[in-house]
Amino acid sequence: MKTWHCPVPPPFSEKVVLAHGEGGKAMRRFIREHISSKLALGSAMDDSAILNLPQKQLAMTTDSFVVSPLFFPGGNIGSLAVHGTVNDLAVAGAQPIAISLALILEEGLEISLLENVLESLRNAAEACNVTICTGDTKVVQRGAVDKLFINTTGVGCLQTKFALSSANVRAGDELIVSGPIGQHGMAVLCAREDLKLVPTPISDSAPLHQECSALLLGLGANLRCMRDATRGGISAVLHEWAMDAQLSMQIDESRIPVSAEVRGACELLGLDPLYVANEGTMLIAVARDHSVRALEVLRQLNPATKAAIIGQVVPALSAPVVIRRLHGALIPVDEPQGAPLPRIC
Amino acid sequence: MKYLDEFRDPQLARRLIDDIQERATRRWKIMDVCGGQTHSLLKYGIESTLENCVELIHGPGCPVCVTAPETIEYAKHLALLPNVIIATFGDMLRVPGFSASEVSQANPPLTSSVCPGSLADARTRGGQIQIVYSPLDAVELATQNPKKQIVFLAVGFETTVPATALAALQAEQLRLRNFSLLVAHVCVLPVMQVLVGDPNCELNAFLAAGHVCAVSGHDIYRALVSESGLPVIVTGFEPLDLLAGIRCAVELLESNNPQVVNCYSRSVSSQGNRFAQDVMATVYKQVDRKWRGFGTIRGGGLALRERFAEMDAEKRFGTILQIPIVHQETCRSGDVMAGRIKPHECEHFGRGCTPDQPLGAPMVSNEGACSAYYRYAPQTKRN
Repeated sequence: MKTWHCPVPPPFSEKVVLAHGEGGKAMRRFIREHISSKLALGSAMDDSAILNLPQKQLAMTTDSFVVSPLFFPGGNIGSLAVHGTVNDLAVAGAQPIAISLALILEEGLEISLLENVLESLRNAAEACNVTICTGDTKVVQRGAVDKLFINTTGVGCLQTKFALSSANVRAGDELIVSGPIGQHGMAVLCAREDLKLVPTPISDSAPLHQECSALLLGLGANLRCMRDATRGGISAVLHEWAMDAQLSMQIDESRIPVSAEVRGACELLGLDPLYVANEGTMLIAVARDHSVRALEVLRQLNPATKAAIIGQVVPALSAPVVIRRLHGALIPVDEPQGAPLPRIC
Repeated sequence: MKYLDEFRDPQLARRLIDDIQERATRRWKIMDVCGGQTHSLLKYGIESTLENCVELIHGPGCPVCVTAPETIEYAKHLALLPNVIIATFGDMLRVPGFSASEVSQANPPLTSSVCPGSLADARTRGGQIQIVYSPLDAVELATQNPKKQIVFLAVGFETTVPATALAALQAEQLRLRNFSLLVAHVCVLPVMQVLVGDPNCELNAFLAAGHVCAVSGHDIYRALVSESGLPVIVTGFEPLDLLAGIRCAVELLESNNPQVVNCYSRSVSSQGNRFAQDVMATVYKQVDRKWRGFGTIRGGGLALRERFAEMDAEKRFGTILQIPIVHQETCRSGDVMAGRIKPHECEHFGRGCTPDQPLGAPMVSNEGACSAYYRYAPQTKRN
């Protein structure tokens, strides 16, 4: 026999209930007390945000965040939802202006947990100087999502007259990675599987808009392309560029920065950091002889940067991406195949 | 990083390569038994660098590759039962079971639960499958889910056996009624004996897998060496480990001095890990087992002892699969793993068989020879 339960939340609910997403008073109060206040937004609940933008050419991007666990060393789904979208704008050469925020909440979610996520989302947005200009909240039945999913859509103003694109990449261009690779993917994996590695990998989740602006300013048209190396790691980006430009990407294993903890975790699990996700690390292609200047620009922003020149663009070889390992042998790098699975032994 | 960088030193690698090339008076056929060795040899370009003096033949030591398709089908069947969760190493997820044509041609027809595809495919059809990193995690899963039956897919060579044996002992101690093992463990020595017993065997030497030897000790190969006259060199998995092993093999072959040599002394002793051996022997007994691509190998597998019979998934859930399939696999994994053909010499390699659409296990496994060739060998070998 089915039992009925009242959908109206108790007055001091600590958990999200379906009524919080069903319009009406409970929803209005929930948004006011637990969402708008945490994000320091005004009380207006108009259907659209009106943006005043300084120029006509806009960049727009959208991304959904479903990371599990919600909190991991170096960040959480809130900060990630800002960094991911800001970085997609930044690497396209746009100055991020505003983002939307759509929340899909699972019935029964702890409200305190939601508030923690929103607080870090707000801090991240402030640090990136983007406004959270519009939003949406849905509550779905238990089991329909894993606690909390977030979608953010971002708009930004293009800072250049020339578009940054992988079509700009030329043979002879030099390849730079902006920091140690594989941090985010391994941090999330170790947290999700409770692997208890010491020291544990920490996510690189961070905004890249300042680095991108500085590179645009410092290198002008000698900056060919930038891409944040998220899912599929730097291998995925290199493959995209190679395919788009009909050239090959040649990298040198010994020059790719990988932290000891990521390297250790990858060795243990049989994973290759080239395929592991990043959330605050990008690949940069610059014209020949401009990589040193690019590194200077990055060092001015952060003297401790681990950015490194890792290779160059070459005329098409037998494989789109090749890596120099050990005694100079050039080995193809395969395109990522689905999620990396840890090996048996 | 300690234990990694010193074994990947490019200058030392160069010296070893030169040394091997200098010593070899003919092109020796050396089998690297384990898939981990295969991947390192290709990943670091060692195979192609030594092509002129050593033919590296990649052996059957990939646990995922040799697991019989019946085991995969049985695991898929269990995963789709209500209240059963299959716990498995991630590697097993993409391994195909029977092919679509095998399923459709089965006579009598197979039950509806037997559909072509891998455990990952079964998961999309609602199968409950959980990736674990250690068999002990599966025991934990059982304690946390008392209303679910947790079946751990116990695959692998002597490298993983002690850990699954420990899981069985732990589950026994906890008196868990909802934990069982679907055992498909395999042993490495019997398959090496099968290979050298083949009258067409052209092998000159073996590189034995260091992690198996860390458990079993390297003395287990003495009889094989004296019977076959083939040297067995125990190696690790780093480039310098492998190069040192190959150099040793060439040295022994050139001086016609077959013996067991341990080139992985930082992990391996002659007697191995006694504690691990005891745990294995407490839980498992040696049995004949069907290997994918090889058929039944005498003494080639392990099964639970009587004391652990209740933990045997096949006893608990019944043997539903008397699959009446005549093996007509298009995949030539048996030829690849016995060293009869190189992965790229298979007519399906890179055409009908890719990591996205594998015909057989060696193309999907992290340790499979076909996947190593697909990933690391120059693209010319793909076409």
